Amino acid sequence: MMMQMVLQRIAIGFATLIVVSVIVFLMTSVLPGDVAQIILGQSATPETLAALRKELGMDQPGYMRYFSWLGNMFTGDLGISKAGGATIESLIGGRLSNTMVMAGLVALISIPISIALGLWAAMHPGTWLDRFVTFGTLSTISVPEFFIATILVLILAVELHWLPSTAYLTGEENFFELLGALAMPLITLVIVVSAQMIRMTRAGILNVMSSPYIEMAILKGVPKRRIILRHAFFNAIGPIVNVIALNLAYLVSGVVIVETIFSYPGLAKLMIDGVQTRDLPLVQACAMIFCGTYVLLILLADIASILSNPRLRNPK
Amino acid sequence: MEKEKLLEVRDLKISATNDDGEIIPIVKGVTFDVHKGEVVALIGESGSGKTTISLASLAYTKPGLHFAGGQALLNGEDLLSIEPLRTRELRGAKVAYLAQSAAATFNPAITIGEQVTESAVLHGVMTQEEATRRAEELYHALELPEADRIGYRYPHQVSGGQLQRLMAAMALCGNPDLMVLDEPTTALDVTTQIEVLKAFKKVIQEENSAAIYVTHDLAVVAQIADHIVVLYGGEIMEQGSSDQIINNPSHAYTKRLMAAVRPTPQSGLGTEIGAEHDRDLPAVQVGNMTAGYGGIVSGEPKITILRDIDMDVKNGHVVGVIGESGCGKSTLARVIAGLLPQARGSIKLDGKELEGDLHGRKLEELQKIQFVFQMADTALNPKQVIGDIIGRPLEFYHGLKGRQKHAKVVEILEMVELPADFATRYPMELSGGQKQRINMARSLAANPEVMLCDEVTSALDSIVGANVIKLLTSLRDRTGVSFVFISHDLSTVASFADEIVVLYAGRVVEQGPTNEVLDPPFHPYTRLLISSVPELRIGWLEETMQKREMAVGIAKDVEITAVGCPFFNRCPMGIEGKCEQESPPVRNLEDGHQISCHRTIEELNQAEMEIQQVLHGYEKPGVDDSHPTAH
Repeated sequence: MMMQMVLQRIAIGFATLIVVSVIVFLMTSVLPGDVAQIILGQSATPETLAALRKELGMDQPGYMRYFSWLGNMFTGDLGISKAGGATIESLIGGRLSNTMVMAGLVALISIPISIALGLWAAMHPGTWLDRFVTFGTLSTISVPEFFIATILVLILAVELHWLPSTAYLTGEENFFELLGALAMPLITLVIVVSAQMIRMTRAGILNVMSSPYIEMAILKGVPKRRIILRHAFFNAIGPIVNVIALNLAYLVSGVVIVETIFSYPGLAKLMIDGVQTRDLPLVQACAMIFCGTYVLLILLADIASILSNPRLRNPK
Repeated sequence: MEKEKLLEVRDLKISATNDDGEIIPIVKGVTFDVHKGEVVALIGESGSGKTTISLASLAYTKPGLHFAGGQALLNGEDLLSIEPLRTRELRGAKVAYLAQSAAATFNPAITIGEQVTESAVLHGVMTQEEATRRAEELYHALELPEADRIGYRYPHQVSGGQLQRLMAAMALCGNPDLMVLDEPTTALDVTTQIEVLKAFKKVIQEENSAAIYVTHDLAVVAQIADHIVVLYGGEIMEQGSSDQIINNPSHAYTKRLMAAVRPTPQSGLGTEIGAEHDRDLPAVQVGNMTAGYGGIVSGEPKITILRDIDMDVKNGHVVGVIGESGCGKSTLARVIAGLLPQARGSIKLDGKELEGDLHGRKLEELQKIQFVFQMADTALNPKQVIGDIIGRPLEFYHGLKGRQKHAKVVEILEMVELPADFATRYPMELSGGQKQRINMARSLAANPEVMLCDEVTSALDSIVGANVIKLLTSLRDRTGVSFVFISHDLSTVASFADEIVVLYAGRVVEQGPTNEVLDPPFHPYTRLLISSVPELRIGWLEETMQKREMAVGIAKDVEITAVGCPFFNRCPMGIEGKCEQESPPVRNLEDGHQISCHRTIEELNQAEMEIQQVLHGYEKPGVDDSHPTAH
């Protein structure tokens, strides 16, 4: 039963990826401009344009191009950047690892802090500490991330000179320099993603706290800490892991503003650059990586909620 | 002989604060004692404050309530004025709580064993090993299966009746001085209730524990309580020994409560119906119908719930459908309503075949069959006023608008005996019984031929439920509408249904006019149901447990089988090698009375005579045995 559900989720995830690949391919075909035109410039003759198109395989019917693109993608051949001529793998490689380092560090810091703060707020609902957390998280959710980033730059870099205002990496930094360079975007992102996770943890726990089995635990004389950690937490895990997964996916794909402000060479910024130069193979590859990340993380969250459900883990 | 006092409640007052900051008294000065080894019942309707009072013995009030005065002394210590930390020490260790629904009270994510022993271990009463051993002893005492393994299971892996008994083990594990049982059998089938009651009573006697038993059911109280406190509106109407309250009540309200207890199911209780609404064709005919869930593969549902159902609903008749939970009662109503298309067989309305799926039915066909759901709380939109709730079907089916619609709403409110000004109120402002009337009024507004009522009185108190039933019969007489009345409560059905259909594991085991079904011969399952309905007399429980069908029939789950008679594993007269292999034949008696059993009518009659002889020859237990307290 449980195995069946997990396999089903994996199959659905895979199907989602295929559907998205079709959409990505169609969307990029619809985008105005064509690479041959860009490469040869406005003054190119129709003959040279046609020749280059043929060379790039652009005269093939759409579905043929789709299948050869998809097939190459699966074998790891992401194609050649049409703007620069370099392979897409070489363009993406370094950016991807930068993004992963940043996302990993943010996750490592924000997940424990968020769950702890969320639990702690749920343990003391209505107190001024709880209100402070609720109000604080609501404010950070409502404020755009560039505002938080700008304020941080203003205080930590411009006024106090504690941290560099950019996070541009040369690859030569030692560990502490690296940490210093990453600190500002890191802090910004931790603030942005934690707010949602704290709120969801708090809400999830409080929702469970009104269940009859929690009242029973109170009437059994179970201490509050144990009620929250042992009785409530496991029943609230489903929604919490889903919010964590969505936020992690955002860290991979949606942090372009933060990357731009701090000149951090991440994947999201690469994709935007690709859009600007109409470098379709690059845009397609980035889109597929982002989509794959979403599907994988949501899949993991789903599996975690299935595993946390005792009805599915222990059938009758 | 005066026993030692354990709990003394003195002039207890509890109040609520509403949204406007007003203080509303809920419990208005209540005084009673609980002695060691004594079971005290708090009895009353909902709103009488019985649960609120019982929770005070755990130094607990529900959110929004607060103690407003008086004392509750447990071993001389006032629970109303102790430190919060001390209340935690007392709860679970000195006073333990058993809630109405074990299914909701057990944490789904934690094993049963950990939950049962948690309190005893946390309070340092015993070590984990000792507590686990003690729990196993209790599982044995409560007659739970696989006592050494049940602790490793999760709550969803055991049956409802087992869970209810496991909750008793949870309460008893830390050897508390006092147990608070809050309607612990109300949500159960009669057969399960009897099994749980028996286990509770045995364990309370063996452990010599004291208990507060909260319920609205006098017949249950008569089996288990030593002392009864009758409550109404937060005040004590009368209190005394069980013997005195049951056999010689003095207060008018107690007498009213007694009157609302339905008599034991037997023939001749129903009302006579006139022939004015009779027609040639039954309103609804169900013919050889099979239905289930999970999709249909070559005419068979993946999971079959109902098998080969034949039944008629005549115009202006009330057809009671009874059976334990899991027998397919609600599924039957869903099939008739078109919510679940049948896999095989037909549903006819006025002789015309209906589409299985709701979406294929015509507007007038939809209008003629209306559904009334069990929980008025969830069935009524809380954001709509009553006038809109009832007005919607008037507009949808009859195209009424404006003044006309309003006039009709008032007329329908009058039919369900509610004042016209209710039209502007919201469901939240109504009592449980009033909401159920609105729930029925909405169906009535469609002007249906058949109303499908799914456990509409099950969530109501006996007095409120009795009023809803009175309304139902008067509607039948005045409008000629037919009712399919689904209930697990045989005594309710027996009191007013014209025909009864007994369902077991998705099959009709017996059906016919009420007076025929409730007169011998009985199908063995009907016999079990009748025997399980508690009677309002002391000693009934012990007497009933002597019966043969009880020994075989209770404490077992309903299992749906594809071959043979599904009741075989619970039947005292099953024929091995036949019953579990062949489908039983339908035996036709007079007046359309049918019994589906391998045993012949003569054999069933013979069995009934033997039961009566056993009953007759059985001596009632002495009053002293069932009354440990002297007064």
